[in-house]
Amino acid sequence: MTITVKCFASLAPLQPKNAGAFPIAPGETVARVMERLRVPEGGASLIFVNNVHRQPDTVLRDGDTVGFFPPLGGG
Amino acid sequence: MDTILRIDVGAAGGPKATPTPVGDYAGLGGRGLTSAIVATEVPADAHPLGPENKLVIAPGLLSGTAASMSGRISVGCKSPLTGGIKEANAGGQAGQLLARLGYAAIVLEGARQGDDLYVVRISKDGVTITADPSVRRATNYQLMDKFLGEYDKTGAMIAIGTAGEMGYGNSTVSITDMEGRPTRHAGRGGVGAVMGSKGIKAILIDAKGAKSRKPADPEAFKAASKAWVEGLEKHPVTGEGLPAYGTNVLTNVINEAGGLPTRNFATGQFEGASKISGETQAELEVARGGSATHGCHRGCIIQCSGTFVNKDGRYVTKQPEYETVWAHGANCGIDDLDVIAELDRLDDDYGLDTIEMGATIAVAMEAGVAKFGDGQAAIELVREVGKGTPLGRILGSGTATTARVYGIEHAPCVKGQAMPAYDPRAVKGIGVTYATSPMGADHTAGYAVATNILKVGGDVDPLKAEGQAELSKNLQIATAAVDATGMCLFIAFAVLDQPDTFQALVDLLNAYYGWNLDAAGVAAYGSKILAFERDFNQRAGFTSADDRLPRYFKREPLAPHNVTFDVSDAELDSVFG
Ligand code: SF4
Repeated sequence: MTITVKCFASLAPLQPKNAGAFPIAPGETVARVMERLRVPEGGASLIFVNNVHRQPDTVLRDGDTVGFFPPLGGG
Repeated sequence: MDTILRIDVGAAGGPKATPTPVGDYAGLGGRGLTSAIVATEVPADAHPLGPENKLVIAPGLLSGTAASMSGRISVGCKSPLTGGIKEANAGGQAGQLLARLGYAAIVLEGARQGDDLYVVRISKDGVTITADPSVRRATNYQLMDKFLGEYDKTGAMIAIGTAGEMGYGNSTVSITDMEGRPTRHAGRGGVGAVMGSKGIKAILIDAKGAKSRKPADPEAFKAASKAWVEGLEKHPVTGEGLPAYGTNVLTNVINEAGGLPTRNFATGQFEGASKISGETQAELEVARGGSATHGCHRGCIIQCSGTFVNKDGRYVTKQPEYETVWAHGANCGIDDLDVIAELDRLDDDYGLDTIEMGATIAVAMEAGVAKFGDGQAAIELVREVGKGTPLGRILGSGTATTARVYGIEHAPCVKGQAMPAYDPRAVKGIGVTYATSPMGADHTAGYAVATNILKVGGDVDPLKAEGQAELSKNLQIATAAVDATGMCLFIAFAVLDQPDTFQALVDLLNAYYGWNLDAAGVAAYGSKILAFERDFNQRAGFTSADDRLPRYFKREPLAPHNVTFDVSDAELDSVFG
């Protein structure tokens, strides 16, 4: 099982080399992926799974796309 | 700030300035003052470019004080674009300086005599107004070249480019920044055309010798000021996110959320988003020797702006904002930051609102006037607008007019004003603001994107209709109040999340004016401003039928979420019902 990982803005340096085919175990959560990427505690305030805002306890499925953003604003 | 400077452009022998007391308008500032004056003094059936309309330029309640972020300025009138009341808000230096000179507002009024163009000069010693044939058809940067020596050290310029002079529905009033460049614009609604209709081309302000304004309770003001700065610095958005990447950090976020209007709102994601994102932009600016962190006026500590230079390191324009990058980028299918920067520069030079201009080009592209993605064609179209060719005049009349001329249903407008950079089908809260704001489609009037997408100030699902009306209503009330203070709206990220920072803002007002406002009082203040605006619009003929999105947003689903705008009419009417 693999997912696509996207780390944006100040989290960009955490983007893994295999971001387009990042392997995950069955039942793996967003929180676990953040651990593996070493996203600091509270560092990703916005998490999108397949373009929908989700919480860290979301269980990922094969082919999902996950985006991480630090706190940000604009307008 | 107890004086309103009234300039009667119809006076015998040329425009005449008369300082008048604020009188009944005391306690109002910024948008509060512009909307009160327009609603009270302009007949609702006035033609926007006729003698009965007035252009009101007002710094905020806290502008010119030592409080950080307080340099915003409001420009109000009956809008040539929407036919309703308008407040367009800008940064730049002029707000602080006018306030220090003691002016609560400048009002341009009366019936222009002849077709001379005038330059107004305001200093501590008074006001002079002279006809100047050399400014005719000058662009904003040409005006800068001509007058910079007069205002660069202790002053600022408020001006119109060619768009305002030609009376376009899309025309701005420009305000110079810390470098004296005309990069800050009261952009929306065609306010430049109203200034042009009064025959005033430029207002040069010199605040030499003017002092910072003194609060009623200096000790309390100082304490509030400190808490205010601490609050802004500790919030991750105002303290880190905005300074580092500017507003264009939103390109990736809104794209990821599936709400980035692409190719005239045909779809919600742009394949070229990462090429025009804030991250890419900041990297490019720094690598070329520009800057990614810069303020639009002295006293701004968030500094969301920057400087965009070309590959030779030469200045092109200020860092194009998210709305501009979207309007000329994703919305036109253009993925080249240099093209977008060039378009931003042209818009600033002619005095065009970047949102309206980008939305207009996208409609023209859908009509086949140019191809989506063709940057050079977009640049040529904006040049036509600046020159005033027949095609340019159509495009300069705005998105709705252009769509009508080309027979296109897809005009993403409310009350004749183009929607900004968030598709209302995928960010439904902002759709409610677009529909119901007295300003026409305007994201700043009630920035539900914060709560829908950025999860600041709460969390309301952007894809569901529930809760959006209530959210938009509360934000519109709070925003009206903030727009009266002269504070940049970006403070809202900290104010919405941190009760002590909201309190610091209230304390600043109370300490300065000797008031006893509380949270309810702030809400009442915001509601009063909206009431002025709604009342004017009703008298101008607006009904609940105008508080709607174009029908096709209810019919055509938006990818990737395949959603339509499904907030009911009853809910929309509940916002101000
Ligand atoms: S945060 Fe940005 S828009 Fe607001 S005052 Fe500062 S530079 Fe200007």
